[in-house]
Amino acid sequence: MSSTEVLNPQPSPGSDKRREERDSVVIRFCGDSGDGMQLVGTQFTNVSASFGNDVSTLPDFPAEIRAPQGTLAGVSGFQLNFSSQDIFTPGDEVDTLVAMNPAALKTNLADLKRGGTLIVNLDEFDKGNLQKAGYETNPLDDGDLVQKYHVHKVPMTRLNRDAVSGLGLSMKEQDRSRNLFALGLVYWLYDRDRGVTEQWIQDKFKKNPTVVEANLRALRGGFNYGFSTESFTTHYSVPKARLAPGKYRKITGNEAVAWGLAAAARLAGKTLFFGGYPITPASDILHSLSEMKHFGVRTFQAEDEIAAMASVCGAAFAGEIAVTASSGPGICLKGEAMGLGVMTELPMIIVNVQRGGPSTGLPTKTEQSDLLLSLFGRNGDSPIPVLAASSPGDCFYLMLDAVRIAVEFMTPVVFLSDGYIANGSEPWNIPKFSDLKKIEVTHPTGRPAGVEGSPDDFLPYLRDEKGARPWALPGTPGLEHRIGGLEKADITGNVDYSPGNHHKMVMNRMNKVAGIANYIPLQTVEGPESGDLLVISWGGTYGAIRTAVLKSIAAGKSVAHAHLRYMNPFPRNLGDIVKKYRKVLIPELNSGQLRLLIRGNFLVDAVGFNKIQGKPFLVSEVVRKIDEILAN
Amino acid sequence: MTATLPVLTPKDFASDQEIRWCPRCGDYSILAQVKKVLPTLGIPKEKFVFISGIGCSSRFPYYVDTYGFHTIHGRAPAVATGVKTARPDLDVWVITGDGDALSIGGNHLMHMLRRNVNLKVILFNNQIYGLTKGQYSPTSPLGAKTKSTPYGSIDNPLSPLAYAIGSEATFVARSVDVDIKHLTMVLERASKHQGTAFVEVYQDCNVFNHDAFLYATDKEVKGDNLLYLEHGKPLVFGAKTKKGIRLNGATPEVVELGNGITEDDLLFHDEKSADPSLAFLLSRFKHPAFPEPVGIFRQVDAPIYDVEVNKQMQSELAKKGQGDFDKLFNSGDTWVVE
Repeated sequence: MSSTEVLNPQPSPGSDKRREERDSVVIRFCGDSGDGMQLVGTQFTNVSASFGNDVSTLPDFPAEIRAPQGTLAGVSGFQLNFSSQDIFTPGDEVDTLVAMNPAALKTNLADLKRGGTLIVNLDEFDKGNLQKAGYETNPLDDGDLVQKYHVHKVPMTRLNRDAVSGLGLSMKEQDRSRNLFALGLVYWLYDRDRGVTEQWIQDKFKKNPTVVEANLRALRGGFNYGFSTESFTTHYSVPKARLAPGKYRKITGNEAVAWGLAAAARLAGKTLFFGGYPITPASDILHSLSEMKHFGVRTFQAEDEIAAMASVCGAAFAGEIAVTASSGPGICLKGEAMGLGVMTELPMIIVNVQRGGPSTGLPTKTEQSDLLLSLFGRNGDSPIPVLAASSPGDCFYLMLDAVRIAVEFMTPVVFLSDGYIANGSEPWNIPKFSDLKKIEVTHPTGRPAGVEGSPDDFLPYLRDEKGARPWALPGTPGLEHRIGGLEKADITGNVDYSPGNHHKMVMNRMNKVAGIANYIPLQTVEGPESGDLLVISWGGTYGAIRTAVLKSIAAGKSVAHAHLRYMNPFPRNLGDIVKKYRKVLIPELNSGQLRLLIRGNFLVDAVGFNKIQGKPFLVSEVVRKIDEILAN
Repeated sequence: MTATLPVLTPKDFASDQEIRWCPRCGDYSILAQVKKVLPTLGIPKEKFVFISGIGCSSRFPYYVDTYGFHTIHGRAPAVATGVKTARPDLDVWVITGDGDALSIGGNHLMHMLRRNVNLKVILFNNQIYGLTKGQYSPTSPLGAKTKSTPYGSIDNPLSPLAYAIGSEATFVARSVDVDIKHLTMVLERASKHQGTAFVEVYQDCNVFNHDAFLYATDKEVKGDNLLYLEHGKPLVFGAKTKKGIRLNGATPEVVELGNGITEDDLLFHDEKSADPSLAFLLSRFKHPAFPEPVGIFRQVDAPIYDVEVNKQMQSELAKKGQGDFDKLFNSGDTWVVE
């Protein structure tokens, strides 16, 4: 086949191809980490979101930047679910798998549903690549494969080279646009408008017209290949979703965290100080904020995690909305300075984008195993409020709450996200900034009159009705005072080791944090108010567990769902809720951390469902677990 | 409009807290000299922030009536960087010791110095861990017998000033706790420096390490053991005989003046030299082979981290105007659902 035929399929054999409608489709692009799979996944998501589908995404990339080419360790994937319905997960099973090499096929094929579509780049299935992937024979020659799936062996490398020939590009440069050829093909298959991506190519590479031309030709080449080749007989359309009216954009969890922080600072009439240290999967928060200087954001890339946290203590003392973001190993290092934040009762935010642990663990994979670290990972009785976002868009609103709690109660707040939320994305109903609630911050401006102690003294540990101490800023005349990590005397804040005072101060700090329960929303439950089973979840598993519970309810089961966003303190009605059901199930991506807390706090015999594989829950496995429990 | 500043005295900087250093501790003198210098700077009292880590010296903030933050072991430089970056209007002083700054906090010290954050650091060097009751520190000499080195230390010590100069600190100085006039002069010079001003003070821990600096404080011998640095002047010292430092190739040597050797043959001090080599050479002089220099080793100007951070912020503001959240939220691909 010559390139002209690919680009100008005349006469059109594709015009009579069948078009079928689908509610939801799950696609996964996978290839070598240098193959640009994240890029095509993101483009497909953008196009589908702009079209009006609900979307949910799951990027999955290796920990190594460039693992040896063609190896299993180097496989990078991007899964997305796009739908005409409300969806909450990137999907259990893959409908269409695009595998750019044998290693990608080997690591991903298990997730392709029986009868699904498999598109492979035939040219990459040579002896060397098969060997690197550990295949003894070519899996494409396996009759079983063709039996199970609709297999399309597309010589993408060759077709793409034809499409971009004549532009004076080297072979290597030509092959760089292979991913767009694959994308074009899938665009045709799912009846997508490629205009959004064409515009993106033109903007992105505007300094290099040859690259623009090559990428456009590759994209169109792939699209036209689908249109003209006989291998593809059907293509599919997924109608628009019925989302709540409004203007939407796509947002990732890390973006929403950054924007939420900057917005919270503005709502508090303050500037933002971010002290951080690069760590996967939290670094994008630092990147986003460092571009936002004109939003009143100062970013400080510290020499290490400890310094990042310490600088945040300093900035909080100085009067900033002070924040750091990290992941498990970094949070461990921050522990001592977080304790300083607790002792000095300064407002600050610690974002933990959780990943698989312990130690370096699974840097690029998701897990929710730092809940107990957040609550208890410091010396002494060291209470810190903990909030956990349930989805990418939720990060924005929950962050506003986190900052509000920090400044109103004068306390560090831990904000939990995870790798899945951080890199995943969903449509976000764009709020109007003027609709967001102001965050009240007050600083004393002079000495309070008629209080205990010498009339001349400012009393840095005199508490208000919420138990919060005053936030007196350096530079305020007359309020000079000293704070520090040594135990403070009640009210005066002087150093005090006396037994009664220590007991009192520990309880002051504990009670202050516990009292936050009176200021956060009550826990809501989806489903019946009482019944056979309550499923409790928290964090990034929201979508999968909600979908599973709704399915069970639709199947007539007596199941309800409570999803927690406030992990410490718990909403004050949670204890009552858990007692209204015969059984309690707590699915978590850890070995049972929330379960320990629920059992310990409420003396209920909660059962766990625990998956610790660096991967989110599948809806189907949660449904099965619910069935299993109800059957007993 | 110019506001008149109230006239302050050292007393205005005394806090109501009882000082809990051991009697005759060298810290008292340093505290007194700092309290003497602060009122002379023309800075309102509420603008001062003293930040310390952990150790005897780090109790210092409790004893000055300014804003103060007694933080955690080794991290004062990082806390101070946060304070100063957020609030360049504040006059920030870091108080630390040899263990706090050079052992547990060595990393933070290096990075604060290379960034040239606009603040002052006073490192109380007593060559011992005092608060934990007498273990050797990163500045204890080889052979030092302490609680954790009963058979003598085999741990090669570090020179705080060599470390600071290696990190390209822009102001580096040394003084001695009991040398009141000299210490005051050094603190005054430090307080006027723009950028990180790093001052090492030989401090007597009279409980655990009283002998450490007798060579530098005993009136009988200190003239031969200390070399008072003066910008533009030859390196001369000596109580009775006048001696000097001469370069023999790249190697410094002690020479007696006279017999044909004049001051013109000696090495001249240049604290303004952009090249830190001379300052580094001086930082390597160790008693008893050489007199130990005191005074200003280096004072140069360089870009200041907190100034640059805020400059960049202002320039982005000037270029783009104050960030508009509605515009940000609506940027990129958006779509409307009816």
